Amino acid sequence: MDSSAPRLGNAVLTPPEPIILQERPIKIKSRHVTVHYGAKQAIHDLDIDIPDRAVSSFIGPSGCGKSTFLRCINRMNDTIPIARVEGKIEIEGQDIYDKSLDVVQLRARVGMVFQKPNPFPKSIFENVAYGPRIHGLASSKNEHEEIVVTSLKRAGLFEEVKDRLSAPGTGLSGGQQQRLCIARAISVNPEVILMDEPCSALDPIATARIEELIDDLRQNFCIVIVTHSMQQAARVSQLTAFFHLGNLVEVGDTDAIFTNPQEKRTQDYITGRFG
Amino acid sequence: MTDTTAPAPSRVLDVTSDRARARVRARYRKEARFRAYGLIAIGFAALFLVVLLADILTKGIPAFFVARAAIPVTLAAADIDPAGNRNLNEIAKADFAAALRKLLVAMFPYASDRASRRQLMALFSSAAPNQLRDAAMADPNLIGNQVTLPLLLSDDADLFFKGGITEVQVQPAKGAATPSGTEGTIEISSSGPDFASELGEVKRQISAQLRSVRQDVDANGQLRARYQAQVQDLTARLTQARAAGDKEAAPTLEQALAKASGDLESVSANGRQLEGRMLELKAKAAQPAAPEALDPNLPSLLVHINGGIVKATEVAGDRIKGTVIAPLGSAAPAAAGSWSTENILTPESTRRLGDREVVWLEAMAAKGMITSGFNWSFFTTGDSREPELAGVLGGIVGSALTLLVTLGICLPVGVAAAIYLEEFAPKNRFTELIEVNINNLAAVPSIVFGLLGLAIFLNFFGMPRSSALVGGLVLALLVLPTIIIAARAALRAVPPSIREGALGIGASHQQAVFHHVLPLAMPGIMTGTIIGMAHALGETAPLLLIGMVAFIVDIPHSVNDAATVLPVQIFLWSDLPEVAFRAKTSAAIIVLLLFLFVMNGAAIMLRKRFERRW
Repeated sequence: MDSSAPRLGNAVLTPPEPIILQERPIKIKSRHVTVHYGAKQAIHDLDIDIPDRAVSSFIGPSGCGKSTFLRCINRMNDTIPIARVEGKIEIEGQDIYDKSLDVVQLRARVGMVFQKPNPFPKSIFENVAYGPRIHGLASSKNEHEEIVVTSLKRAGLFEEVKDRLSAPGTGLSGGQQQRLCIARAISVNPEVILMDEPCSALDPIATARIEELIDDLRQNFCIVIVTHSMQQAARVSQLTAFFHLGNLVEVGDTDAIFTNPQEKRTQDYITGRFG
Repeated sequence: MTDTTAPAPSRVLDVTSDRARARVRARYRKEARFRAYGLIAIGFAALFLVVLLADILTKGIPAFFVARAAIPVTLAAADIDPAGNRNLNEIAKADFAAALRKLLVAMFPYASDRASRRQLMALFSSAAPNQLRDAAMADPNLIGNQVTLPLLLSDDADLFFKGGITEVQVQPAKGAATPSGTEGTIEISSSGPDFASELGEVKRQISAQLRSVRQDVDANGQLRARYQAQVQDLTARLTQARAAGDKEAAPTLEQALAKASGDLESVSANGRQLEGRMLELKAKAAQPAAPEALDPNLPSLLVHINGGIVKATEVAGDRIKGTVIAPLGSAAPAAAGSWSTENILTPESTRRLGDREVVWLEAMAAKGMITSGFNWSFFTTGDSREPELAGVLGGIVGSALTLLVTLGICLPVGVAAAIYLEEFAPKNRFTELIEVNINNLAAVPSIVFGLLGLAIFLNFFGMPRSSALVGGLVLALLVLPTIIIAARAALRAVPPSIREGALGIGASHQQAVFHHVLPLAMPGIMTGTIIGMAHALGETAPLLLIGMVAFIVDIPHSVNDAATVLPVQIFLWSDLPEVAFRAKTSAAIIVLLLFLFVMNGAAIMLRKRFERRW
């Protein structure tokens, strides 16, 4: 796989500047994380450090625990009654499973974009304005509008929808809906954005736009993305982690993982021998 | 994953062989059959619906109209306002019934005796004098002048004009007739066979009677033979016992013999009587032209001649004997075509209006006084024992108040319970138990809720009996499980992605539920609620137990007043003996159905409005 000049649609992206991950501050730190769904163990003793202001991707076959771990980072697994999380996940040194931590505030700091675009069945404006409103980020109508416009611009959607902000968000195309969801996620200015296979329901052109967007957002956010597409992981991420059967098999610079995997299982997976 | 197994034997999909074609045909047949089943089911349901609606509409629609007699009224000042000072208090006390009676007697001078006057008055509603009073009180200047007031007729008179009492056939006469007098009992002979059909009818009745009497005679003969055998047997045994000197058996046998002889005697007497009647009928049947007497079990025959009316009491082919109902103008012969016969087909003994009353009503109708108009009072009055005065407003207001109470309790409680159970309650044994019990409650017979309401709301809390408040509470208990179940289903149907999206940007669980899930579930909740309300609107049984079955004339003004509801009103009316209430019952059902349609329409509208938001 040629990862030095990833192609994005017809455009050739400038190769990402070489990032020395070791020099990046660590944003998320996980130690001995184990997740059970009832009696079934989904994640075994997982340790990983995720750098700030970079895109980290989790790859692996279905059912390997990558989404489960992603949902641990904003404690989305709390909504599943049978899920049990052990171990420690820290964001900037703060244990997010600490009893005194308010999970709602955590989710404001750790935004999430889902596999299937899920805009609220409200207007485009309302979709983006909802987060700032419940978190009290804007005090006036003008501030609200400003946040909405900024978020939509950052999500690269503003030009397409500026004339119909009051139209329902569900009326947009799939790719637009997903960008709307990203705008919604960044509207509350989170520190981390989790993306759970954000392009799996989209066509290649929409996928390309989202990937472009992810690359832009990397400047300001810590982005973690789960993907089934190894090309996508290679294109957008700087750090790649390979999961298999609930274990973190290998983690490292994306270039290194794709060009010189240390583990045989990783090699087999990225060369398409199983999965 | 990459396990390799022996390659499966390749099978070619065959689409051309006979078996393949047969498979396709079988599939088509199956599909056609299934479609047919569906159509049959729908047709069946539609047929029943049409029959039901047609039945209710044909029976109920006449009740929305009412016949009134617009008679010219002169409110004589001497009767109503003897002092002449137009004092409303005095006018209110005047005897308007007497005034009406006077007017009617003036209209039918020959009906001036006491019985006739009472019959005349009975043609009008008991509210007719009040109508006169209201008119006089509203405008005292009317007193002394002639006004035309449409007075309400009685239920029977109303029914007569709707064709519910009897069928009437009028035939112009073929021959010239000669009456023998103008008053009392007279004879009218016609030169044509004007009364032959009537006589034929009487003879047919006689033949029918003869057949039935013959059967009686036969039965009597068999009975007599049995008794005779018994008497002979007993006599023989008695003789034997006496000969044997049996002192014990003889008195018992004597007694039995005496009784049997007595029975035989009475049966024989009965038989003789029957035989006499049979002979009599035989003789009548044998002479088809002999005159026959008419009785109230036969259709009535009236003769309109020379401006008067004669009711036939005896009929022959070309002449009748009869009593004069309305005096004839003269005893002069009437030419063919200038007089007519009238058959009132329902026998007088089985109809609620006598011949004279029918004649009076026809006379009023002939003068163009009878008008049929929309029965507004059906919607503006409460219940009444007089069918022509009874209305559904009491039921409508009672239903509305009851449903308000029900809705006020059900919607918040039901939705809150559903949200808690569906979104917040921990999933454990206890909540499972609650869930099972809610589902069970939905299946509890409604009368049980009535008993519960009786025991708790009336007997324990001492709330007012038969009030809309208690009715609403009981119906709320009844409907609550339905609403909870519907609301939970609606909440569950909201896609989890919406919930996740809200949680994902840091909405709390409660915010996610109230800002996103609940609005999306609202159409479903509304539908469930309105279906529940419609159920409550039609509910009768539990309300009977808390006393809403009482006869209540007043329109309730608050939830504490004694009230009744539409379905109970229907139930009450359906039980009444007056024929006119049958139509009222169907009319009330139509009103109830309209209410239901309006509610369902509201449900659809609300759902559409909420749905448009997303």
